[in-house]
Amino acid sequence: MPPGFSSSDFYYLMPELVITAGALLVLALDVLLPRAWERVLSWVTVAVILGAGLALVPSAGQNLTIARDLVAIDGFATFFKVLFLVAAALTVLMSPRYLTLENVHPGEYYFLVLCATLGMMFMAGGVDLITLFIGLETMAVSFYVLTGIIRPNKRSNEAAIKYFVLGAFSLGLLLYGMSILYGLTGSTHLRVIATSLVAGDGGLLLPFAVMLLVAGIGFKIAAVPFHMWAPDVYEGAPTPITAFLSVGSKAASFAMLLRIFVAGLPAFRADGLGTAWGQPFGWGAFFYVLAVVTMTVGNLAALTQGNIKRLLAYSSIAHAGYILIGIVAGSTRGVSAALVYLMIYAFMQLGAFAVVVMLRRKDIIGDELKDLTGLYATHPGAAIAMLVFMLSLGGIPPTAGFMGKFWVFGAAIDAGYVWLAVIGVLNSAVSLYYYIRIVVFMWISEEEEKSAAFGISPAVATVLAVTLAMTVLLGIYPRLLFDFAQASAASLGSVPSLGLR
Amino acid sequence: MDVIAFYIFAAIAVVASVLVVGQKNPMHSVMLLITSFGALAGLYVLLDAPFTAVTQIIIYAGAIMVLFLFVVMLLNVPREEPAPPAVSALLGPTGIRIGVILSLLLGAEIVWALSRIGLGWFPQDPAAASVSSVALIGASLFTRHAFAFEATSVLILVAMIGAVVLARREH
Repeated sequence: MPPGFSSSDFYYLMPELVITAGALLVLALDVLLPRAWERVLSWVTVAVILGAGLALVPSAGQNLTIARDLVAIDGFATFFKVLFLVAAALTVLMSPRYLTLENVHPGEYYFLVLCATLGMMFMAGGVDLITLFIGLETMAVSFYVLTGIIRPNKRSNEAAIKYFVLGAFSLGLLLYGMSILYGLTGSTHLRVIATSLVAGDGGLLLPFAVMLLVAGIGFKIAAVPFHMWAPDVYEGAPTPITAFLSVGSKAASFAMLLRIFVAGLPAFRADGLGTAWGQPFGWGAFFYVLAVVTMTVGNLAALTQGNIKRLLAYSSIAHAGYILIGIVAGSTRGVSAALVYLMIYAFMQLGAFAVVVMLRRKDIIGDELKDLTGLYATHPGAAIAMLVFMLSLGGIPPTAGFMGKFWVFGAAIDAGYVWLAVIGVLNSAVSLYYYIRIVVFMWISEEEEKSAAFGISPAVATVLAVTLAMTVLLGIYPRLLFDFAQASAASLGSVPSLGLR
Repeated sequence: MDVIAFYIFAAIAVVASVLVVGQKNPMHSVMLLITSFGALAGLYVLLDAPFTAVTQIIIYAGAIMVLFLFVVMLLNVPREEPAPPAVSALLGPTGIRIGVILSLLLGAEIVWALSRIGLGWFPQDPAAASVSSVALIGASLFTRHAFAFEATSVLILVAMIGAVVLARREH
């Protein structure tokens, strides 16, 4: 037994271990199996993810730290791990046909998807800056490669280079901020940081560190003004990866954001970082500004897009803004609203991307709005599913998207941020324009252009069915999700320390 | 003894750094930079920071400079054309002028900072020296941070596989 672990650590680390072993298994099978059996790999990957989900069961309801205080097993981590595993499974299911069309070798692809998931799980569980950073780096490196995995495609290469260079830079900023926090407190553990920092510590260093952290994480969640990479990368990356990037990577970065700020710097939310125009401010003020700008710029930029993937990129930027509202509110209710929104957003966004994946046919890239024309006439099922996803993204009742927005805005009003809620509501009104625009394209029928066989496969159909069912179900009966999120949010910041230091 | 060693390493570092700027052949510049880094590592040893010294050699002199060498060789950078004789450094090409101004600024900054803080500020505490000891870092790495250490192995594996995926020849 290595001195840093105890046997119960392995028990609670089971999901991560299953994913790691599964990733290596996929890699080994890729070498051992004959080429004709390649399709088996996607099912193996899904089985691994399901296995990790089963291994997650013992963590339910626990609230403790393991591996010498580096990782927390609490409701917050469990909530996000469920989200990541669901997103990863749906991503894998929508991939096989797309990979064949793009001539991508599946072995490394699924390996990297699993490793990205592993990194996300570390980010959700980490209560130490080192664990968080290693998780983030594992996820980011996997995504850099996945973005550029369509080798002959120039757009994919360009996106990978842009993502890598900007990502490495933003990671540097984040690390700089973390190192200042370490310098101020002498510890990398969030609990120690939370208890040992008092207002005025380190003079200007603390606000500076917070700014660096906001910029570094702001890049990862694609918040304006750190969003420049998102449209290009989302457009160039393979479509299933775009889906995973916009759901998994975003949720993981929000998990890290919540850990660092809500659990690590709880005393500095409303004040303590300094004064501006006579008003004391804390990190909440940074996120207030970020939320307003992100929602507005994201929605306005999405209005004019002609490429579905770019449009969904700007839409996902806007959604990051809505989620930030919950974080500004800061209360347990605000945090739980952010969690609810992230889960709902995962289903509707993955569903929308599943439709875009289907549009990829032989010789048709299928990511322009006009590629949607006549979809209702040829494939009414997919068109109706897309309609539901668009209404949900726009926040129309009775879909899940409405429930998410309702909770986030409600939390903001509850915490006294009425104006923020008003701006949010106005923004979702604007966003309806471009969501409805997509729907309009699907219902226009062009008789002369008979589109080639639509790329529907049983796996992608499963993805559509699951996401559609969840989008409708969570809109009608959201109670279970609300309770789950509330319990998870309450566990954030109440992690018991083993007292090792 | 320490003092003599310090002056030898310091002299090598300074002379090599100055020569880096003056070389016409980029390959010579890179080699001189490695020399300078090596001398810096010697200074770290004298400062009782053996771990920093070793990382200095492994990461800077080893990894980063090898990368530099590769880039220089891949790009096949030609020798610089001899510049037209300048009247003085300050009147030379823009690059040299900016370089001179920047180094003057940096020098002034160091002098100003040292005169503000005074040399006595630096901790003389013998306990401080042990912070960088290889044994302590190793112990912490394999006990307290064992989890992070193991997690890093996955990260390195991802980076390796990623490099293979992106560099593999298409067939």
